[in-house]
Amino acid sequence: MTELVIIGGGPAGMSAAVAAYESGVRDILILERDKKLGGILQQCIHNGFGLHKFGEELTGPEYAWKYEQKVRELEIPVKLNTMVLDITEDKVITATNEEEGIFQIQAKAIILAMGCRERSKGALNIPGSRPAGIYSAGTAQKYVNMMGYLPGKEVVILGSGDIGLIMARRMTLEGAKVHAVCELMPYSGGLIRNIEQCLNDFHIPLKLSHTVTQIHGKERLEGVTISQVDEKRRPIPGTEEYIPCDTLLLSVGLIPENELSKSAGVQMDRITGGAVVDQNRQTSVDGIFACGNVLHVHDLVDYVSEEAEIAGKSAAEYIFKKNTEKEAVRIPITTDGKIRYTVPEVITEKKDISVFFRVADVYRNVEICVYNDKNEKVFSRKKLKAAPGEMENIPLKAAAFENAQSLRFELEVK
Amino acid sequence: MTRELTCIICPRGCALKIELEDGKILSVSGNSCPRGEQYAKDECCNPQRTVTSTVRCEAGRMVSVKTDRPIPKDKMFDCMERINAATAKLPVHIGDVILEDVFGSRVVATGNAE
Repeated sequence: MTELVIIGGGPAGMSAAVAAYESGVRDILILERDKKLGGILQQCIHNGFGLHKFGEELTGPEYAWKYEQKVRELEIPVKLNTMVLDITEDKVITATNEEEGIFQIQAKAIILAMGCRERSKGALNIPGSRPAGIYSAGTAQKYVNMMGYLPGKEVVILGSGDIGLIMARRMTLEGAKVHAVCELMPYSGGLIRNIEQCLNDFHIPLKLSHTVTQIHGKERLEGVTISQVDEKRRPIPGTEEYIPCDTLLLSVGLIPENELSKSAGVQMDRITGGAVVDQNRQTSVDGIFACGNVLHVHDLVDYVSEEAEIAGKSAAEYIFKKNTEKEAVRIPITTDGKIRYTVPEVITEKKDISVFFRVADVYRNVEICVYNDKNEKVFSRKKLKAAPGEMENIPLKAAAFENAQSLRFELEVK
Repeated sequence: MTRELTCIICPRGCALKIELEDGKILSVSGNSCPRGEQYAKDECCNPQRTVTSTVRCEAGRMVSVKTDRPIPKDKMFDCMERINAATAKLPVHIGDVILEDVFGSRVVATGNAE
């Protein structure tokens, strides 16, 4: 029996491990499938991490290193090159690595911190052949930053997620010509600062309401046809433009990697693609927690670390059975559609919490409102702008849901 | 003259408005913090960027690097040339100086390589 097993040694897993240790848990094991800790941060060599958490601007590997050092100092055991194959509802973990073959671990508590993966081109249905030269932005990032290969010289990027924007700059600095970033939606999915410093700095055009409608080339990509789309995202005939290129990068969204969560019988949220959790980041299965991008895709690693601290601390409370002493409540949170989802989705304890959410579209002059089941407004905050690319979070005092049976999050647009 | 900029200092991305007259800054608005005001001033007079990249190590491995302070924006590609011409000696530890005096900055390792 291991008290706490953490699946994934990226920023979420490491931060959860440290928080659990600091809350008194000593029997911790981190399982990581890569050959080193740090997860995706290892290939995110750009800066901009850690401003919120450490008050300084760090690169991805530097941010990861801060946590790796803590994990090492506390001597928290880590199994690298270890792939978890299955988790059961009874918290039996089946994993495999080269030294131990296939083995099982019975855990008292589990923290899911597997992160997310990129949406692939298979999910996009672009007509044309399937030549070499089409990569997900993250794959290209790995080639350039970890392996030292430039995947191509003439580049078009589909999707304006942050990884795509970062790669536009990275490939430009390494000598490639990025012809355009096409975004299907009328707004970018990335942070506005990345549009400024990754595209505008290098005069790379951002073509909003545009998509790739044809892929050309047989062995190697030779070019793409891009088209403008209407408000229903259908290509507008006559707007086709041919761009010769040898590389197409896809930055079209991230999907939480939840196969293991599903095998453990954890209830999933259709919108986030992650587990349904309470304010402690506990899933529907007692003693299984989730945090980081496996739960919902974050913009900033700083918030991943914070969320993982909640999960780590809560797992410790679960292990030491502190939860059972508290008054049981169950307050579900619903949203109005303009707010797409909230994390947590349910409140099970009367204490001050933070609620994270994303909006469905770009809205200006908004008021974030929270109502209880008696239709009383228990929270309100005005904002100039809310956009899907930027995760929001608001604090909710325990007093705000003192006598509530449920809460409803609404975005009122002025 | 009014210049509009997006602040890149933090993920908040404030929309900055700068009032200029004959190249002199009269006022900055739209910023949420003092760093935003400083960024607006720098961006108008002497725009600077931190460069992050990778350096090849002896054994063919890559190690990530950055300029330890922002360098003039128009020197980014010259900086890349210097970085791409360099080779790092193994082992490399986080914070090791790989190149001295690159447009007023030092290029330092942001990762480890053994």
